[in-house]
Amino acid sequence: MAQAIVRAFQRFPSLKPYSLVLLGLALLTVFFFFPLLIMLLYSFAQRGTYGGIKPVEDLQQYIFSFQWLSNYLRSFEPIYIEIYARSLWMAVSTTMLCLLIGYPIAYFISLKAKPSMKNLLMTLVVVPFWTSFLIRTYAWIIILRSEGLINNTLIALGLIQQPIETLLYSEFAVVLGLVYGELPFMILPLYASIEKLDTALLEAAGDLGANGFWTFWKVTVPATMPGILAGIVLVFIPTIGAFITPDLLGGAKSILVGNLIQNQFVIARDKPFGSAISFGLTTFVLMLLYLYARHSTRKEKAVFI
Amino acid sequence: MSEPVLDIRNVSKRFGSVTAVDNVSLQIQRGEFFSLLGPSGCGKTTLLRMIAGFEETTEGQILINGKDVAPLPPYKRPVNTVFQHYSLFPHMNVSQNIAFGLERKKTPKVEIGKIVKDSLDLVRLSGFEKRRPSQLSGGQKQRVALARALVMHPEVLLLDEPLGALDMKLRKEMQVELKNLQEQLKITFIFVTHDQEEAMVMSDRIAVMNAGKIEQVGKSCSEIYEHPRTEFVANFIGATNIFEANLNSGNGERDLQMPKGPAFAVDSHRNAGAVKFTVRPEKMQLSAQEIAGRVCLPVKVVDEIFQGTNTSWVVEYHGARYTIIEQNSKVVEEQGRFSRGDDAVLSWNPKHTVVLE
Repeated sequence: MAQAIVRAFQRFPSLKPYSLVLLGLALLTVFFFFPLLIMLLYSFAQRGTYGGIKPVEDLQQYIFSFQWLSNYLRSFEPIYIEIYARSLWMAVSTTMLCLLIGYPIAYFISLKAKPSMKNLLMTLVVVPFWTSFLIRTYAWIIILRSEGLINNTLIALGLIQQPIETLLYSEFAVVLGLVYGELPFMILPLYASIEKLDTALLEAAGDLGANGFWTFWKVTVPATMPGILAGIVLVFIPTIGAFITPDLLGGAKSILVGNLIQNQFVIARDKPFGSAISFGLTTFVLMLLYLYARHSTRKEKAVFI
Repeated sequence: MSEPVLDIRNVSKRFGSVTAVDNVSLQIQRGEFFSLLGPSGCGKTTLLRMIAGFEETTEGQILINGKDVAPLPPYKRPVNTVFQHYSLFPHMNVSQNIAFGLERKKTPKVEIGKIVKDSLDLVRLSGFEKRRPSQLSGGQKQRVALARALVMHPEVLLLDEPLGALDMKLRKEMQVELKNLQEQLKITFIFVTHDQEEAMVMSDRIAVMNAGKIEQVGKSCSEIYEHPRTEFVANFIGATNIFEANLNSGNGERDLQMPKGPAFAVDSHRNAGAVKFTVRPEKMQLSAQEIAGRVCLPVKVVDEIFQGTNTSWVVEYHGARYTIIEQNSKVVEEQGRFSRGDDAVLSWNPKHTVVLE
């Protein structure tokens, strides 16, 4: 095998630059592309009686009766649309909250903090990653539950008599958990972008009569837009498919599309339907990524013409 | 004289233990082209940034039209700046860059369009409205930065080495253009530069700065060149020769005695004692014989450097080297009249002697 590869490179020297990506390409093909392909095929099949898939008896009839599309058609039923809408709403609010919280932090670290402190502060931003995400989410349960840290403290202070039950197992808890988990992914690209900001531009804006707010809105935000967009993409995509956080903090009421997919595979044992929703979600995310890519390349072109 | 548009009174700026600007006072008249000239790190940019409001003064006052601007943030000061690296907003096109300040002033949209168009005509960039800064050359960016500041009608326009990043040819063109523009618009310019030639070409007046202090403010460019007050100014403005001598007491016409050399009469108000004096290289002459009426020193020729329009001679006198610049207006045969190692006579008219502080 190895010899065959070596010989191939000897015969086609133009392949040489690709040799470095060979391992990565092989890994992606075996563990990413093939499973995806299997899932795509599953999404066109029907659920078998005991899970798995029902064998197709007449392929021609199966294709022309459009039975293979039934999982996709089913995924547009109102009950599911409601879940998608809720997922979208949660993902959008989480992303916006991350942006609103993350931007000031990134701004402070990159422009206001002492240079010697910057690395320390950025390390602190990623420190939560040293603990497993699952454990950190369980920690939120301990903080938010009826006899949790917050309720006990408020009762001890005499501010409330009864514990607030809606802290945990609510949309609030889910958004809180998601924002907490995704915030570093917002701060990192923002930091990189704001760090590169030419502060002379801020002086130029002030010189031309712009106060702090106007300078921020008209100069800082547009100049750091690549970081803002990257942060939005990095937070939005994992959030819209999230299932651990809504599962642990959201309870039964706030099921999201991630939980729906998980349930199809694990509980309902309807792999074809789960695959179809997965592909629907993937298509949606890819469309957003396409818009993002188009937006950024248009900017790039404008810069390099 | 009318009230100065800009009045800088005993201004100092300290960063920790470093004094960047040290007790500077300056009055600048309306419509003047004033240059702050000095080597990098002399505090000229810091002084400019204090006028613009980007730095606070540690001591002293800055008055614009007689009003102390200390409480005003940069965006409320009636001055505008052309930055060293232009600082055009990269996400806006040329029009938007120029309109930025006008929009803040709530100028009506129709008017903004007209002003932007006129300003682009003024800096000869019509047709570039939709270009982005990254699509412009250095000189074009420079013009946009200038237009962006000029449309604000500042009381004083501050220019921080605006030509520093341009190549030599473009630099010379822009110097003339800037000067013409300033005369046309009658806006007060304060121009920061480290290039003495640039300052001379454009300015009405020049202040030479060194180590945070103003060494000399010339009433004109020629004054600063012909009558430098200190050794620093003499050296910084053009190449020069520095001699040591002893000044006799007296007033008006006094004797200057060179050690192991001749004595001659000069007009100076400096204190008597050991002094330094300077003579510009082009005021000196190299000859075979002593010339009556001139200060003559016996020298040894060290080097001859042909420079096209000029020839520079390097000579040695009592172990120190001096430079003489002669115009090559004489016939070619005169060249090479001295060879290295020859004895010659260096001479100058005593009235070209400038005694330094």
